[in-house]
Amino acid sequence: MHVVVCVKQIPDPAEPGKLEGDLTLDRSGKLILDESDSYGVEMALQLVDKAGGGEVTLVSMAPNNENSGLRTALAMGAAKAILISDPALSGAGALDTAKVLAAAIKSAEPDLVLAATESSDGYTGTVPEQIAALLGLPSITFAKEVHIEGQSVNVRRQTEAGYDEVTCPLPAVVSVTAGVVEPRYPSFKGIMAAKSKPVEEQTVAGLGLDPAGVGSAGAGQEIVAVEDAPVRNAGEIIVDEGEAFTNIVSFLDGLKVI
Amino acid sequence: MALKSIWVYAEATNGNVTPLSLELLAKARTLGGAVEVVYAGADADSLASELGAHGAAKIHSTGDLAASLPGVPVASAIAKAVADGHGPDLIMFGTTYDGRDIAARLSVALDQPVITNNTDIELDGDVVVVTEPIFGGMKLVKTKFTAAGPHIALFRPKSFVAEEAGGAPAEVVALEVTDPGAAKVTNRHVEEATGPKLDEAAIVVSGGRGLGEKDNYELIETLAKLLKAAPGASRAIVDAGWVPYSYQVGQTGKVVKPTVYIAAGISGATQHLVGMKGAKNIIAINKDPEAPIFSVADLGIVGDVHKVLPKLIEALQAR
Repeated sequence: MHVVVCVKQIPDPAEPGKLEGDLTLDRSGKLILDESDSYGVEMALQLVDKAGGGEVTLVSMAPNNENSGLRTALAMGAAKAILISDPALSGAGALDTAKVLAAAIKSAEPDLVLAATESSDGYTGTVPEQIAALLGLPSITFAKEVHIEGQSVNVRRQTEAGYDEVTCPLPAVVSVTAGVVEPRYPSFKGIMAAKSKPVEEQTVAGLGLDPAGVGSAGAGQEIVAVEDAPVRNAGEIIVDEGEAFTNIVSFLDGLKVI
Repeated sequence: MALKSIWVYAEATNGNVTPLSLELLAKARTLGGAVEVVYAGADADSLASELGAHGAAKIHSTGDLAASLPGVPVASAIAKAVADGHGPDLIMFGTTYDGRDIAARLSVALDQPVITNNTDIELDGDVVVVTEPIFGGMKLVKTKFTAAGPHIALFRPKSFVAEEAGGAPAEVVALEVTDPGAAKVTNRHVEEATGPKLDEAAIVVSGGRGLGEKDNYELIETLAKLLKAAPGASRAIVDAGWVPYSYQVGQTGKVVKPTVYIAAGISGATQHLVGMKGAKNIIAINKDPEAPIFSVADLGIVGDVHKVLPKLIEALQAR
């Protein structure tokens, strides 16, 4: 069982986000493994274990050959990684990102592709499905549970009302929700082993794609302005000395909701 | 010049058009041109008068998709209409599970960008410009479509106000599905929910990691019941498995705009603020005075939820 996991390396969400001069997200600092992707990595490791053999390959796109987030996922147990780094990718939209990832995934010939439902910085939430469409594969999004049975993948897919049981033939693309499994912490041994695991660096041209067709050049969209949102003024702050609940009661009273 | 034609992907639950679909229709009407609906389901005819009243002239209906996930079949149907020369200039989707799937598949089929998470759309002459909040809603990014189209855009719930326009029932026309897709639903499960719905309740009481442990979520449920409110949750405690995903308020969960939002033990991560900043009144209880939630709170209580909530519950019970 060969599973590819799409992982994104993102600026630390705990730090305030910054924009570059061209209004794209500033990714120049240290990038970390998007926490949302740790669920896909864990799921992949568990599925390979259950299948009794195979391996997990990571595919990531990041500026400046950044790989510290990849090392985290390799330390969890992934076997190797493909990293696409190319200045041509600056300003890439979701579709261009999907084209690049799909080209890299194709070369890895997986049985299953896993991804998070969306990244924690861009929140586009369309890339897994776009990858599936580009590769001509079936897909199931928003998986809460993933099981492999013979040549099929069976998924519990989140819905507005509850969940659906969905099945499709392999190979397939599945996007997993946070909480689908409990991601393991990399062990010391894992961290040491990750340092020598192969990270194949690729460029857009190396994947057989036209650099003029991806990145801001091919995006079909252009940011025209970034404005400050109307500020919501902070109100009254009270330090509780045992009676602050009365402030809440009178606040609710004032609104006539109790 | 206005857009010639706009298609809105409409969804329905239990035979009723979803509020989000009606919100999109209300906005689409302000952009000029013909407003039409794409619908995937067996019951297009029974929705024709409601969709017509909200401004849709036509329903492009794929009919029953049987057990197929909608992503592949609906995208294939829209793509065929575009290839045949009778597609729209703009297709609007709500940010829903199926809406995202279809829009993503469609963007590949048409080789067009898809812009997601929008809260507004406007025309600058012929150019379509959409607005997306970033950094937890601190900044608004305006992006224009530069290719010829059709443009594909997804919108967050409650970005617009639904309003009837008093139109005649919409005409139902067939939209041909060329690929049913290989993913099949074998079973559907509905999780029973009691009390008001999270995204429709006038009051929402949400709990977060500050509650300490799963059992303490009972405080949130008790308070919610007293206030006839819907209980909600931060992503942290949903991920931790304390409550189901359907409770989650935030970027990845529900967007709520209640009259009162009470955040208990929630620090106010960007991901959460996006989902509740639109509340008319926000009350926050958190022991960390530096918690970002206080920057949006109308009433902020710096204190321990384990002490404040029981007293609040007792006071409300005594009334």
